Amino acid sequence: MTSMPDTPFREEAHDRRRLLMERSRPGRTGVTLPASDVPPQLMPEQAMLRDDLQLPEVTEGEVVRYFTHLSQLNFSIDTNFYPLGSCTMKYNPKLNEAVAATPGFALAHPAQPEAQVQGCLEAIFTLQTYLQEVSGLPSASLAPLAGAQGELAGILTLRAALDARGDGHRRKMLIPDTAHGTNPASAAMAGFQVISIPSTSGGDIDLDAVRAEAGDDLAGVMFTQPTTLGLFDRNAIEMCRVVHEAGGLVYGDGANMNALLGRAKLGHFGFDVVHMNLHKTFSTPHGGGGPGAGPICVTEVLAPFLPGPIVVRRDDGSYGSEMPAQSIGRCGASQGNFGVLIRALTYISLLGGEGMLNISGNAVLNANYLLAKLRSLFELPYDRSVMHEVVFAARKRAGATALNVSKRLLDHGFHAPTMYFPLVVPEALMIEPTETESKETLDAFIETLERIDAEAAADEEFLRGAPYETPISRLDEARAARRPELRWRPAEE
Amino acid sequence: MSDSPLTSPFIPNTDDDRAVMLAEVGTSAVEDLFGDIPEQYRHPGLALPAPIPEMELRAEMTALAQRNFHAGEHPSFLGAGVYHHFCPAVVAPLVTRGEFLTSYTPYQPEVSQGTLQGTFEFQTLTAQLFGMEVSNAGMYDGASSLAEGALMACRVTKHSRVAVLDTVNPRYVETIRFYAQPQGIEVYQTSPTSPELQPDTACLISQYPNFFGAFEDSQALVDLAHEHGALAVMSCDPTALAMYKPPGAFGADIATGEGQALGIPPSFGGPYVGIFTCRQEYVRQLPGRIAGRTVDTEGRTGYVLTLQPREQHIRREHATSNICTSTALIGLWATIYLSLMGKQGLRHVAELCHQKAHYAASRIAELPGYSLPNDDPFFQEFVVACPKSPAEVSAALQQRGIVGGLDVSDRYPNGMLLCVTEVNTRDQIDRLVDALAEIGR
Repeated sequence: MTSMPDTPFREEAHDRRRLLMERSRPGRTGVTLPASDVPPQLMPEQAMLRDDLQLPEVTEGEVVRYFTHLSQLNFSIDTNFYPLGSCTMKYNPKLNEAVAATPGFALAHPAQPEAQVQGCLEAIFTLQTYLQEVSGLPSASLAPLAGAQGELAGILTLRAALDARGDGHRRKMLIPDTAHGTNPASAAMAGFQVISIPSTSGGDIDLDAVRAEAGDDLAGVMFTQPTTLGLFDRNAIEMCRVVHEAGGLVYGDGANMNALLGRAKLGHFGFDVVHMNLHKTFSTPHGGGGPGAGPICVTEVLAPFLPGPIVVRRDDGSYGSEMPAQSIGRCGASQGNFGVLIRALTYISLLGGEGMLNISGNAVLNANYLLAKLRSLFELPYDRSVMHEVVFAARKRAGATALNVSKRLLDHGFHAPTMYFPLVVPEALMIEPTETESKETLDAFIETLERIDAEAAADEEFLRGAPYETPISRLDEARAARRPELRWRPAEE
Repeated sequence: MSDSPLTSPFIPNTDDDRAVMLAEVGTSAVEDLFGDIPEQYRHPGLALPAPIPEMELRAEMTALAQRNFHAGEHPSFLGAGVYHHFCPAVVAPLVTRGEFLTSYTPYQPEVSQGTLQGTFEFQTLTAQLFGMEVSNAGMYDGASSLAEGALMACRVTKHSRVAVLDTVNPRYVETIRFYAQPQGIEVYQTSPTSPELQPDTACLISQYPNFFGAFEDSQALVDLAHEHGALAVMSCDPTALAMYKPPGAFGADIATGEGQALGIPPSFGGPYVGIFTCRQEYVRQLPGRIAGRTVDTEGRTGYVLTLQPREQHIRREHATSNICTSTALIGLWATIYLSLMGKQGLRHVAELCHQKAHYAASRIAELPGYSLPNDDPFFQEFVVACPKSPAEVSAALQQRGIVGGLDVSDRYPNGMLLCVTEVNTRDQIDRLVDALAEIGR
């Protein structure tokens, strides 16, 4: 009898990650399809056809095992605490998924006549009114397909309003130095000149710097409230006044709306346009990087310029969709990411108005609890009560950089905070717990950060090697960029 | 009965938890945490309806969905850029696994290899399908992908005009204008039969097959663009590419497409995924995310987001695009669909579309009062000139339980654009033909 090996055979990690094309074997398939049931038709001439199509040939079982394995290499909200600042990684209710998959919604075609899609149009109309109520602004377009597209659509709406009143020379767009990178990128795409505005030592926008730019070439300002520092900006209301007085308009980035739900309305502060990220505030899943939706709400003055189409309720009670009179046009082929919109509508309907207050209250409490419990471990650049998130600077201990602390957190089963952003805080760690995390989870997170701090105190080098427990260790990003390998290629190529 | 409005199935904090946490924070009420908001702005009131429990809400939403007249219950012959295709049952449960569904952009690659490797697979399969050298991780939809293709052509050529054939989806043309005009880029249209390119043109944009379902002389169009120092940009239907020569074979420089055709539900317009492919030499001008292969400290293969200096979070106003959150999950859907279909399956689907569409077209052409105004080769869509207005025909089809085609009477007198795919059985097609005959009488 031959001796058995001590350890059972296991498919090596490497093999489990073989790419689809490496798994492919001629003759395998993952699908059954019907034969043609119509009389044979003439095929196109051969010269129009291809004979070089390469796609994997694998069975359904292989596909399931492969993608299930891949999924298990991910951290996610469903599996881990994911305190990624500015991303609002709250729990995503499964009810949203079930509603979006309802055949009447999932199989409705965007080009069907209005009379055939009254259910979809009513859903969009209802969500429109809810978002107008939340933002305190009277008109909305749900067409933008993501947050950044909402920003672009929002400032194009603003630009169209300026142009229409003869202010086409106003092209200066003020953007605080704390802003998300999409703000200046969107402003540039909209044809504006970006002027960066500093923040005060207290973490508010520098009003003197705003006043210095408030001339007759000022188009406006793009402003995030609460800011990316997790703070309610105390100068922002005055900033709106200064910009309006100079003839400019104010764009509000609603990325951090979770903190304000039911507590205050951006429209009341003087914002003329606001975009919202339904995949943040309103719980639609982030999907590993989308899809999202970036509806925008505007004042009455800006409404005629909104991107379309926009759903309207007609006098007979039916719903239709229309392009606004002086619309800036279409952001995409259809009228928005309906599948995302219906999830957000489900979420708001389930929780109602009271639920909104409950969200913001607990989100802000959780962030302030982390602030109170972690302030001894990190530097706190702005020592104030925070809103939905807290930004620390990891500068107290050698070796415990923002990067190294983040990587070591992964070993403990916590996703890292947002690192090195906002840019004005060196070694920034931006932590957003959201309202859906328990005190027990927050306490475990705090305890882990304390242990990491102790590890760094004992051995400066230790954190530099982290993570140690993840499926893969630190990756060579420089190599990836130097010689980009962006797809599988056959060996002989 | 208790009446506790502050309970939520998603919020774990109890009153006791809140009391302990507030004590740590050094305050006594949650309300105090909002003290930076000036008082006159605080608590503005929120006129939203009362919460609806899941059981009732599910019923309400189902009732709302049932108000739609949809392809789940009625045969549909509507396409025009969004297609009903068969999708195997296995795709949705894989895509909606929480580990894929509830993760975010893979900023921490060590715990995001699933998303990153899935993206690398997407880039591989779309590049192969399009016959192009490289692909990015996907865009919002086909229209915005094509618009970003036009912007990229302007960056590459440093020209500032964009030529679009008048046979491109009109909504795509509007989206191109939305993106291009604010940057001072002029968008003009030209005809595929006698295309004329103006000086300073960055690209010539065509659709394959075109909006009306037909194939044009793509080789001549690509060559014409190149003769004028412009890039050839093609917007392609991915299903057609399982059968017809891909854009790469004509020498296209940038090729985009609507990934919805790869088994993704129409969902009244989205979310979809825009496919974006190009020549290798332009990779540093690409918009959007890109996954790349590399190694870890132990030499093991892994994947990261790469070429990031193009992107908004690094380059801010100098970025190639403002894209941040895109549509990774729908890209994963397309990837799994393609892996199941494989090269035989997808080719078979394309041939079924071709066969059934041609059967339908030939039968409709025989009906009195109906004709086919185009005689170009087509794939799965074709224009029918009807004896009545397409709006009337569409309403009459609805009465007979059929979703009709798109009204294109602005282009063809009484024109209706019909689409037939593998999901349409012969019985459905025959019902359509009979209904049209009756309506035409």
